[in-house]
Amino acid sequence: MPSLAGLFFWMNIKLENIRKLEVSKPLKLDCGKTINNFPLAYETYGKLNADKNNAILVFHALTGDQYVTGTNPITNKEGWWVTAVGPGKAIDTNKYFVICANVIGGCMGSLGPRNINPETNQPYGLNFPVITIRDMVRAQETLLENLGIKKLLCATGGSMGGMQLLQFCSTFPDKTFSAIPIACSASHSAQNIALNELARQSIMADPVWDNGKYFLKNVQPKNGLAVARMVGHISYLSEKGMQEKFGRKLQEKADYEFSFNADFQVESYLRHQGYAFVERFDANSILYITRAMDYFDLSKQFKGGLVEAFKNQRTKFLVISFSSDWLYTTKDNKDIVIALNASGADVSYSEIVTDKGHDSFLLDEPDFLKTLKGFIDSMYEKFKNEK
Amino acid sequence: MRNLKMKSEFKVIANLLPDNTRVLDVGCGDGSLMSLLRKDKNIEVRGLELNQNNVQQCIHKGLPVIQGDAETELHQFPNQSFDYVILSQTLQAFYDPNKVMRELLRIGKSVIVSIPNFGFWKVRINLLFFGKMPVTKTLPNTWYNTPNLHMCTIKDLFNYCEEKKIKIKKVIGINNDKTSLIKNSNLEIKNLFSEIGIFLIG
Repeated sequence: MPSLAGLFFWMNIKLENIRKLEVSKPLKLDCGKTINNFPLAYETYGKLNADKNNAILVFHALTGDQYVTGTNPITNKEGWWVTAVGPGKAIDTNKYFVICANVIGGCMGSLGPRNINPETNQPYGLNFPVITIRDMVRAQETLLENLGIKKLLCATGGSMGGMQLLQFCSTFPDKTFSAIPIACSASHSAQNIALNELARQSIMADPVWDNGKYFLKNVQPKNGLAVARMVGHISYLSEKGMQEKFGRKLQEKADYEFSFNADFQVESYLRHQGYAFVERFDANSILYITRAMDYFDLSKQFKGGLVEAFKNQRTKFLVISFSSDWLYTTKDNKDIVIALNASGADVSYSEIVTDKGHDSFLLDEPDFLKTLKGFIDSMYEKFKNEK
Repeated sequence: MRNLKMKSEFKVIANLLPDNTRVLDVGCGDGSLMSLLRKDKNIEVRGLELNQNNVQQCIHKGLPVIQGDAETELHQFPNQSFDYVILSQTLQAFYDPNKVMRELLRIGKSVIVSIPNFGFWKVRINLLFFGKMPVTKTLPNTWYNTPNLHMCTIKDLFNYCEEKKIKIKKVIGINNDKTSLIKNSNLEIKNLFSEIGIFLIG
């Protein structure tokens, strides 16, 4: 592993090559502050057709970024949704134009706590304004305008991506013909908030974190950030899936070592995931993005609750949940369906039966991918004929 | 439970429905009826279906479908939110058909319920002369693997509606693709010669 100082240097150089939109229109945030002239990093795949009716917007999850498929040029690893998006995949980039932007508050080129605060000429750190899911969505809407897309064929996202999508449909009811919220929730539950708090507290408990000012020493609170990531990874798997994958298997050894080294495979897995993560993600970004998720409660924005949030929707919805997901449960997803039904919206719903937990939406789950493809292709036929 | 008799049954149901209405098909299967209603009558359709494979097929056809169990999940639909609710040949498979029926009448301004008629003469002969539970075209399963828990006859459902003060708007019997109107006056004979009964109530 390169030294963290070296890592940051390396990342900064690469970050220069990220595709960015310089958003000049001021954006008033939910916290009351306004940001303007800020960068919004994004990536596109496939080609926008002449009628501009084949565009699909993907919203990424907590630790995702704009590199949906192909090779992520920053990490040199596969894009995070390579199972679903690409040539010949469920979201076929030979046919559709796929757009994904890095959320504000993130660390892959969009305005975030690592950017330079023009007032101090230093990175924002904790001086970065607290952002919400609605702020993220409003920022991304400017991108559509810039790309000349009046109405998307479809918008989709899993987990926090699904939350952004629900917010997007509610705030901009005419911007997408169809929507696929996956494994998400219309408001963060006590358990969701508790898990995010665990992640934040692990970062803050790392002495290197230094109230978010670690950047002054060009270091990263990697121990705390790694623990935060481990918490996440536990919540992404189901109890059964974890038992089947790891059980009590030992990591390349015949017996216990009688030490605190990673004896068990599951320990080794968590440590690997945790420490791989610190190489690509900024600790302060985790604080800001998890906060945005915790603040998310779509029904709170409307007097009549969630039904009111989806009033006058013409968007056609497909909600998908996974049977073994305990982070954003089938019930959380069904509550969205019930609200959409009550508001008279056009909604389909499917629960995919799997042991793979919340992570399922990122994996090669044939029933899930078939459903995704069937819906998008049929929506494309309808959208074309509507015009 | 949807079988070869479907085609003629679908035609009868489609004929009962005015154009441009809003219809919920409970237990919509692969969406065949919904496709027909949308295409021929410009009906705004919605489906509820339990089977994953059927749900996928509906979605591929661009039909809005919610995966769920009608026994427990009809509560999600608001009162009187559909002009018509259709329940085709599944009433007898519920644990609590009475509760399901009340839910259908709550959701729909009108309800169309079809049943495989246990009063059909072939069914009666099976039981009367052979002493065996009937296996026919509309009742293809044997006693130990049938999903049907509450078999009833056209006459039973007729009486049920009267007892529960549910308005019967029209009853149609199907026998070998031939349809006929069922009334109080011909109930006994039609109950003997109809394979399927279709009730428009509510």
